[in-house]
Amino acid sequence: MSEFFGFLLSGVTVGFIYALVGIGFTVIYNSSGIINFSQGEFVMAGGMSTVFLLKAGLPLGVSFILAIMITSMIGIVLYKLISFSKESSQISLIILTLGFAIFLRGLAEVVFDKELHTIPSFVGDGSFDMFGTTLTYQSILIMIVSIVIVTLLYFFFKKTKTGQAMMAASINVDAARLMGINIKKILMINFALSATIAAIGGILLTPITSTNYEVGIMLGLKGFAAAIIGGLSNPFGAVVGGLVLGILESLIAGYVSSEYKDAVAFVVMLGILFFMPGGIFGNTKAQRV
Amino acid sequence: MLKKIGLSILAFLFVSSFMILSAGTIRIGAIVSATGPASFLGDPELKTLQHYVKKINDAGGVDGQKIKLIAYDTSGSPKKAVTFVKRLISQDKVVAIIGPSTTGETMAVIKFVQRAKIPLISMAGAVAIIKPVKKYVFKMVATDRMACKRIMQDLKKRKLTNLALISGSGGFGRSMRKQCKVVAPSYGIKIVADETYGKKDTDMTTQLLKIKNNKKVQAVLNPGFGQGPAIVTKNYRQLKIKQPLYQSHGVASKKFIEMAGKAANGVRLVSPPVIVADKLPDSNPIKKVALAYKNEYEKTFHTQVASFGGHAYDSLYAIVTAIKAEKSTNPQKIRDGIENLKNFQGVDGIVNMSPTDHLGLDTKTGMVMLDIKNGDWVIVK
Repeated sequence: MSEFFGFLLSGVTVGFIYALVGIGFTVIYNSSGIINFSQGEFVMAGGMSTVFLLKAGLPLGVSFILAIMITSMIGIVLYKLISFSKESSQISLIILTLGFAIFLRGLAEVVFDKELHTIPSFVGDGSFDMFGTTLTYQSILIMIVSIVIVTLLYFFFKKTKTGQAMMAASINVDAARLMGINIKKILMINFALSATIAAIGGILLTPITSTNYEVGIMLGLKGFAAAIIGGLSNPFGAVVGGLVLGILESLIAGYVSSEYKDAVAFVVMLGILFFMPGGIFGNTKAQRV
Repeated sequence: MLKKIGLSILAFLFVSSFMILSAGTIRIGAIVSATGPASFLGDPELKTLQHYVKKINDAGGVDGQKIKLIAYDTSGSPKKAVTFVKRLISQDKVVAIIGPSTTGETMAVIKFVQRAKIPLISMAGAVAIIKPVKKYVFKMVATDRMACKRIMQDLKKRKLTNLALISGSGGFGRSMRKQCKVVAPSYGIKIVADETYGKKDTDMTTQLLKIKNNKKVQAVLNPGFGQGPAIVTKNYRQLKIKQPLYQSHGVASKKFIEMAGKAANGVRLVSPPVIVADKLPDSNPIKKVALAYKNEYEKTFHTQVASFGGHAYDSLYAIVTAIKAEKSTNPQKIRDGIENLKNFQGVDGIVNMSPTDHLGLDTKTGMVMLDIKNGDWVIVK
């Protein structure tokens, strides 16, 4: 039995990593209805910038803030590209984000390098032992930060005017515009916000996963799966989705075979898309027509 | 239409004049994956080739003839490798080819060099490249089978007979896992657990927990490269697994120690000798070459030497040695020259080629066992 809890705990640890990336997907989807496929690259940008700012000799705190600022600027650049685009169909905008992701990977290869990098854990290398496995302080930090971000987002979308305006924009752009909402400004804030969350994720994940220019591919994919499973419009759903994914992967690796672990994400995602297109927490009312 | 004909005549004149001008140079082709997922191989290889070709030319060339290096980047794609090999053979008229960097690419191009009768020295790892022997295909890089044998020898010496594998599912990990399973029985070693993880996984505690709970396991081996082995090593220490942890030559770089941090201490790994050239005993016959290469590389490129660049060095100098020995730049003669290499001192080890052995690398000099202590390597006696 203790083995089962051990697998479960590993799954939860990994699940929160997926969740932290997945949350970013839901934020952009919530206001624009776009799936931003460069979300994983935002995470990479956050991590890589931190690594290189630290290397340049800046203190930890300053590096974090600068890395977050750099990444949110990248988010704004993506928004500008989208708003300049003559095409406004969602499919072409989603393809645009995919292209932007490839561009960011290439850029990172040139601006930074192709090597793997890591940074020391911010809360020390310690860990709690339980069920024959361990919970590192860094993992606990990731869990706490994920939950805090989700809670803040919940209040932001439900209680603040800007958040409400974002929700309105996602449901019906024209109606929102007629109500006097500055759509452009709202969307720009939104992309910056999503990039900020990604950057925080990238910084927190780097001590565990390490980072390089293409780390965003896998993180983006798993985060996307987490967001889909949870229902794209709900940040809380992304956390649950991430946990479902992480735990399933761990149990499959533990009891069946680690060979099949990676197939889990896609099988679950397909199952969800077939049988519950809105995801576990999907709000069918928020579907765009 | 006329314009087109005119252009093609111009192009023809240009090309043919270029061919006349370049007579008296030795045209050597190189196919490396300098960008893309295998760039960690191709990048040091290309740098090494460019640097040493320039060095040879500055010193007057090979018997008075300058080398012209024609290098193409495949970004790791076998399709591109085939295209570039065809181009090297038919347009660039090279006399020998160095590369490709990966096994997949090499297997894809073998057919074409065999048909064109141009010698090729691959820089990839797998045994399949030179077994069975192909007339025009050579390689001097230690195979993953050699690495496995070296590890099994060490395990046998320490009387650790029950081995657990946790392998990366990338090409490197997959191939080495297969080879280790093949050679293990001949050393009396049983594989009692066989786990894998995805190339970009972020956590391997589940797999390691299974190994930890397996009472039979006496040692653990982790074939793989990139961030995988670093995460495995960290998780291994977190779970406080007591058995010795072995790593492959895939992590024989300072990068691994940097990535795994303190967790790396106590890891035993198999490594090509160039990495620890400065620590080799003076009696080691390859110390001089390996150390010279290491120092020059680190001085020129301001980065830690990678074993992969050494493959390029050896390939280039094998061709140069063959040309000097045969006093000819005819591809057929170069092939013969490479096949007749005896006691060739490369960065990767001593090479003795023969018509039945196109690897020729000696296991003893080709691989060393290292322990990581206090963030540095110590050669295992």
